[in-house]
Amino acid sequence: MKDRIFKTVIYIFLSVWAVIVLFPFYWMLLTSVKSYSTYNAEYIPKFFTLSPTLENYSSAFTTVPLGGYFLNTIIFTLVTTGVMLIVTVLSAFAFSRLEFKGKNLVFTLFLALMMIPNELVIITNFVTITNMGLRNTFTGLILPSVTSVFYIYLLKENFEQIPNELYKAAKVDGTSDMKYLLKVMVPICQPTVVTIVILKVIECWNSYVWPRLITDKQAYFLVSNGIQEIRENGFGRDNIPAMMAAVVSISTPLIILFLIFHKKIMAGVSRGGTKG
Amino acid sequence: MNRVFGKVKPWLYLLPALVFLCAFMVYPLFDVCIYSFEEKYNFVTQLSDGFGWYNFKYVLRDQLFIQAVKNTFILVIITVPVSTGLALLLSLGLHSIKKFKDLFQTIFFLPYVTNTLAVGLVFMIMFKKTPYSEGLVNMMLGWFHMTPVDFIDGPYWAKMLVMCLYTIWVVLPFKILILTSALAGVDETYYKVARVDGTSKFRQFYAITLPMISPMIFYLVITGFIGAFKAYSDEVAIFGTDLNAAGMNTIVGYVYDMLYGDAGGYPSYASAAALILFAIVFTITVINLLISSRTSAKTR
Repeated sequence: MKDRIFKTVIYIFLSVWAVIVLFPFYWMLLTSVKSYSTYNAEYIPKFFTLSPTLENYSSAFTTVPLGGYFLNTIIFTLVTTGVMLIVTVLSAFAFSRLEFKGKNLVFTLFLALMMIPNELVIITNFVTITNMGLRNTFTGLILPSVTSVFYIYLLKENFEQIPNELYKAAKVDGTSDMKYLLKVMVPICQPTVVTIVILKVIECWNSYVWPRLITDKQAYFLVSNGIQEIRENGFGRDNIPAMMAAVVSISTPLIILFLIFHKKIMAGVSRGGTKG
Repeated sequence: MNRVFGKVKPWLYLLPALVFLCAFMVYPLFDVCIYSFEEKYNFVTQLSDGFGWYNFKYVLRDQLFIQAVKNTFILVIITVPVSTGLALLLSLGLHSIKKFKDLFQTIFFLPYVTNTLAVGLVFMIMFKKTPYSEGLVNMMLGWFHMTPVDFIDGPYWAKMLVMCLYTIWVVLPFKILILTSALAGVDETYYKVARVDGTSKFRQFYAITLPMISPMIFYLVITGFIGAFKAYSDEVAIFGTDLNAAGMNTIVGYVYDMLYGDAGGYPSYASAAALILFAIVFTITVINLLISSRTSAKTR
């Protein structure tokens, strides 16, 4: 009996937090389907609406260049993740399979770089990119975002678990290193590779600070900067339903990604990812 | 020929990573130190008046910086203990149930993958009070006969409250995830033995669970401190890009304002402020590590 009361209390507690987590999502969805006049007529907000409308979504894509922001973010995410993957796989391979002088020293230096906060290096990067004339270009957006020491470390650990005999056998067969890397190691470590890709995609989709520093033309805004722009001078400050339609559109892709891959994402993050 | 190639080859594989890291991490690290000591550096002419402590003195006397430091410290002191404690309670709850466990876990993790700028806007709307709409939170306060407050443009403490709530909402998924996996890793045998001995639930928690997961709690406290000191985008999400006008700027926000934006164009001041932030975070982390090593020595 005492146990059942205890269990009930736990379920209530967990449900309360679940509601707190989910409520903002419900509220943005609800507000986005209220029409402008309905929303502004409600001095006391209502928890449901009887006449949902999709007009806010069409105005979100026509009044402000939301489609353009989307396209920019997709290009940025794809290119950054792609280049990051090439850089990471190559160096993880060098650290895990190849022998060379100073390997341990270089690897230690790599790990030491993990402790450098982004805030410290972003100032110079901003100046570098500006001096190179790369503001408001995709190159400027992408270049400083492609290396992640943590992912190199993660993949190197995974590569090392592949027995060395396989490598020797491939060498005897005359397989080149590159072919071995692409045909054997990457497929074996596919789960880790997928985890890295997903984490990087999330990071890219949500990145705000660097894009804000490096772009001031709307044509190059990513979704985070776009939403800030919409908030400050998009639909006119008061058209909150249209704003919420934009917010829903921006949040949906990642939520779908999360619902499909939630096991992989959570496993990947608990292996050492951090926010931001 | 082949031997030389064999020696060079590993470096070819490392080359892309080395180039990117040197250009965008190693070089900037030295450069930021130089910037911070270059007095009256001019961004356009790229000339300075020599080296000295002037930038640090300027930043430390700047009212905006002092306000930013104050805001950041309040945020850190409130959100780190509250979020860690709440995460511990929630993961203990998750650990003790079987039905719907996966569902709850997935829901709790949701904020991690969402765009903080986008959801911040939703929080802003829920807390805001305008002449034509009372706002959701104020309506709920009304149920308990409390006076409505404008949480976004109103008094300092109201704004700070929203700030802390949103930060906790954002950081909790990561902490819950780490603590649930730590709890799942505790060996069941300990509990079985304790149950045979008739140990009370509270004592089990205090004598078994807590010591076993304390390394992870310390890890979360340390990363929590570091993360909270670097708070910035969550503030922008709620109060907009002009954080100084809202009186809600943070240290990182001050760095970016000095670099870019209306007051921008002063990489020297920005560098000095960033180095001060780094010194604060470094000191706090060392203190944390000292406390954690002493505590774990005591339990052993």
